[in-house]
Amino acid sequence: MENLLSIFVKSVFIDNMVFAFFFGMCSFIAVSKTVKTAMGLGIAVTFVMVVTVPLNYLLNKYLLTEGALSWLGEEFATLDLSFLSFILFIAVIASVTQLVEMIVEKFTPALYNQLGIFLPLIAVNCAIMGGSLFMQERDYATCTEATVFALGSGIGWWLAIICMAAIREKLTYSNVPAPLKGPGITFIITGLMGMAFMIFMGIQL
Amino acid sequence: MAFLSKKNKEALTSPIGANNPILVQILGICSTLAVTAKLKPAFVMALSVMVVTAVANLVISLMRKGIPSRIRIIVQLVVVAALVILVDQILKAFVYDVSKSLSVFVGLIITNCIIMGRLEAFALGNKPMPSFLDGIGNGLGYGMILIIVGFFRELLGSGQLWGYQVIPQWCYDHGYSNNGLIILPPMALIIVGIIIWVHRSKNTSLQEK
Repeated sequence: MENLLSIFVKSVFIDNMVFAFFFGMCSFIAVSKTVKTAMGLGIAVTFVMVVTVPLNYLLNKYLLTEGALSWLGEEFATLDLSFLSFILFIAVIASVTQLVEMIVEKFTPALYNQLGIFLPLIAVNCAIMGGSLFMQERDYATCTEATVFALGSGIGWWLAIICMAAIREKLTYSNVPAPLKGPGITFIITGLMGMAFMIFMGIQL
Repeated sequence: MAFLSKKNKEALTSPIGANNPILVQILGICSTLAVTAKLKPAFVMALSVMVVTAVANLVISLMRKGIPSRIRIIVQLVVVAALVILVDQILKAFVYDVSKSLSVFVGLIITNCIIMGRLEAFALGNKPMPSFLDGIGNGLGYGMILIIVGFFRELLGSGQLWGYQVIPQWCYDHGYSNNGLIILPPMALIIVGIIIWVHRSKNTSLQEK
């Protein structure tokens, strides 16, 4: 239990997807204009992440790693298919995204219109793919650990985009130099927020 | 050159300057920031992305009449993922140390928005040759920014370029020290922000109201 808690806190704050690894920056910059849309995208990303990472974990464990296919029989025990992981992971992510898109379109059309192109683009949101690849690289011991890691990373991303949107809403009233308006100042603010998040570095859990 | 008609030339050169994928379209940021602490990985990454973008553009453009639009995203992802697997295996075979330091970011070329963006916006509606050049152009535009950011971060952060010491020892003896902050992730964002600032001061039409 303590172990799970530490994975959770670590993935929300210390290894924050946005501030420590810059995952999902494209949609982070483009959709963080108002808090409401940011909220919607944050929920969608967290949801897709929590669904895809455990799925990919199971695929990785029972299909891809060396010796994973031993349940098929002796002759498969030495196969190592891990080079196929990219293509398998992205297929899972793309189909789950399609599902989420249909759900959002059915139940909250307003949010669907607001998110626009960025909903299908969750499929190519680096945060989601990065979550699966980190899960593979860090080699979590159980499926529960991987799920908690996914939940933490999703919430971390969500938190980051909401903070950013809130700052940008206030920023409309400030006098930013013209060439810096829009993306320029957003990058610099993200950098400053990243520095603030660095206080969590070096915390031992 | 004869084979570079005006349109082809524009497809190749406009992404390098006025229509840069990173500075103007704000695509492909994730990897820009994460791999640029040193010049060498930045260069390898830029090269890989250029190859994948160009070849994926070419392949999708060849198949563009046969892809049903409902499932195009999946088709695109499969093509890109297959190319990235090839690149990953090649990097592992020939430059293992760089491949290790890029870690998950090679896999993340699949989700690099530049590639998907160009496939959607250009390759699906254009002939193979312009699409290929467009891919090369966007790869170059992306690589240029990566190398600029990598140059400043390695020079100021560790006093080296491409792993060789360029700031001489006597500077350190007289009290110069490397700026450790610039190696850390947040400074990459600020450098890109400043590049955008400079770029938009020159291209005033891009400024937001």
